[in-house]
Amino acid sequence: MRKSLEKYYRTERLPHIWCPGCGHGIVTGAVIRAIDNLNIDQNKICIVSGIGCSSRAPGYLNFNTLHTTHGRALAFATGIKLANPELKVIVLTGDGDCTAIGGNHFIHSARRNIDITTIIFNNNIYGMTSGQYSPMTPKGAFATTAPYGNIDRNFDLCKLAQAAGATYVARGTVYHVPQLIKMIEKAITHKGFSVVEAATICPTYFGRKNKVGSPVKMMEILRDNTITIKAAEKMSKEELEGKIVMGEFYEETAPEYTEEYMKIIKNAQGVE
Amino acid sequence: MTNKPVLMQGNEACVEGAIVAGMRFYAGYPITPSTEIAEIAAERLPKVGGKFIQMEDEIASMGAVIGASLAGLKSMTATSGPGFSLKQENIGYACLTEVPCVIVDVQRGGPSTGLPTLPAQGDVMQARWGTHGDHPIIVLSPSYVREVFDMTVRAFNLSEKYRTPVILLMDEVIGHMREKVILPDPSTVEVINRKKPDLSKITKYNPYEDVDGDGIPPMVNFGEGFPYHVTGLIHDVYGAPSTNPEVTFKLISRLMKKIENNIDDIIDYEKLYTEDAETVVISFGSTARSVTRAVKILRNDNVKIGALRLKTIWPFPKTAINELPDSVKNIIVAEMNYGQLIETIEATSKGKFNIFGLNKFNGELISPDEVIDKVREVLNNA
Repeated sequence: MRKSLEKYYRTERLPHIWCPGCGHGIVTGAVIRAIDNLNIDQNKICIVSGIGCSSRAPGYLNFNTLHTTHGRALAFATGIKLANPELKVIVLTGDGDCTAIGGNHFIHSARRNIDITTIIFNNNIYGMTSGQYSPMTPKGAFATTAPYGNIDRNFDLCKLAQAAGATYVARGTVYHVPQLIKMIEKAITHKGFSVVEAATICPTYFGRKNKVGSPVKMMEILRDNTITIKAAEKMSKEELEGKIVMGEFYEETAPEYTEEYMKIIKNAQGVE
Repeated sequence: MTNKPVLMQGNEACVEGAIVAGMRFYAGYPITPSTEIAEIAAERLPKVGGKFIQMEDEIASMGAVIGASLAGLKSMTATSGPGFSLKQENIGYACLTEVPCVIVDVQRGGPSTGLPTLPAQGDVMQARWGTHGDHPIIVLSPSYVREVFDMTVRAFNLSEKYRTPVILLMDEVIGHMREKVILPDPSTVEVINRKKPDLSKITKYNPYEDVDGDGIPPMVNFGEGFPYHVTGLIHDVYGAPSTNPEVTFKLISRLMKKIENNIDDIIDYEKLYTEDAETVVISFGSTARSVTRAVKILRNDNVKIGALRLKTIWPFPKTAINELPDSVKNIIVAEMNYGQLIETIEATSKGKFNIFGLNKFNGELISPDEVIDKVREVLNNA
């Protein structure tokens, strides 16, 4: 780690709990680098998470950090942001935490366009509980609870976010770190509900169960399977099967929730 | 300055009390018979610079309330049985992370969707043990509209003082009934705020360190310059997750003891004619209104009867039972449920009294006549 980044970590809490080869440290590092590039006061940043491997990240980070209940990070984050809009609120969550148990809070936070940045560590599996399928597990993949192959259809999280009303939506991967950092920077700077899906790897549970190979092999697959939005536009549905489309999908300027609420306060106080 | 008398609903008095107590954040989800609390909060809060949000569900409301409290605003939510069940996991989170907040449960008939528009007192045990694991909880139960105001203030005060969720256990009768009330001048109402360290003097902050030895760590709000970690995992004084048996033992013990050691400050009850009573009727919430009426009628008939009204239900006010005079032989526990608090009263009494339940769970309140009939039945069979 670069010496100048150490202030963002609670170094006394390291080493972290993640398995060797896990991609979560890369996403966490990208979040830290984005914050460093933006030079935001650490005291004014609040990082909120739910439950799962990715949700353990805030515990290692030196900000106002809140490790909440499973799926509910965005609900807690909404309370924090509305109570004190001066705080930059960032939610770190996993694919299970965000799209299964937390799916309702995700779509409604997007609908409100509340100024919260959500980074989804998508490793396509429940890692903390040792390898059950999530709503982001590809159809046909194996999991401890899908021993005969997964028949569930998986979400396209970026499409879901955009349809629900998020005003900045992007997808990066832990192989393409400089791009991922830029996306997170943009998401944090964006006023409104911003979503960055970070495709990451779980060699221990997803990798072993699906006989993908070593962490290095999984990173290579991530590299080879990732294509840009531009390239994807020219491909057929069949050709897109199993590909990760990377890039910025959507950006829009729209009224932000806490600013709209401040208008209500002004209005209510003027009338009285 | 004396305020004018007004006709006010219990749910309305709850919001008025909350605002006087300093509530500046409300998150909720519509549910009968508590919805007026949300509606009035939506209208009143922005006028005092506070925030209201209707969340996507009951669970989210509880989460938002905890988040807002951590960010420094006194926060409340209101619900009824089904919603109360949904909130339980996050209520436990607030217990363990010691985040002050107030949860109002305007009880209706249950279980399940039950009787949405009719009263019950079936959430007594859910209020105590609804969330999992060992945890302290404070539960208050008002019987009058004016008392709803006072008790909501008290709920916020206790919550801030002891850094713990406080449940205001109302019922449909108290929530919807309108009574003439005279509200106090807000300047005369005692308001307690959370204990904070002197931010200008401290250089570091350990969020769960019991620096004052009273079991209640001072609380810094998020954004005040001392970033710290909050987790629903068992944690040490620095807020770091731990599975260490000693850390676990110390944390749970401190959480329980910060309430146990202050029980005299927390419990509250009211006695009526108990000094020479041979029979005492114990009740709480709206049932206590019928009991009071019945006991007064019976006293006029020279029946040696008294009433004990529990204003704090949890922690259970054992003193109220233990200090009953030796003249007391019979206890009748009147509650709008199949019999919940009676078990705690039996356990506390240790066989000292003959204990009878007056229970109603059909969506109707217990009338004074029914109390009188029950007392006569008990005395006739004695």
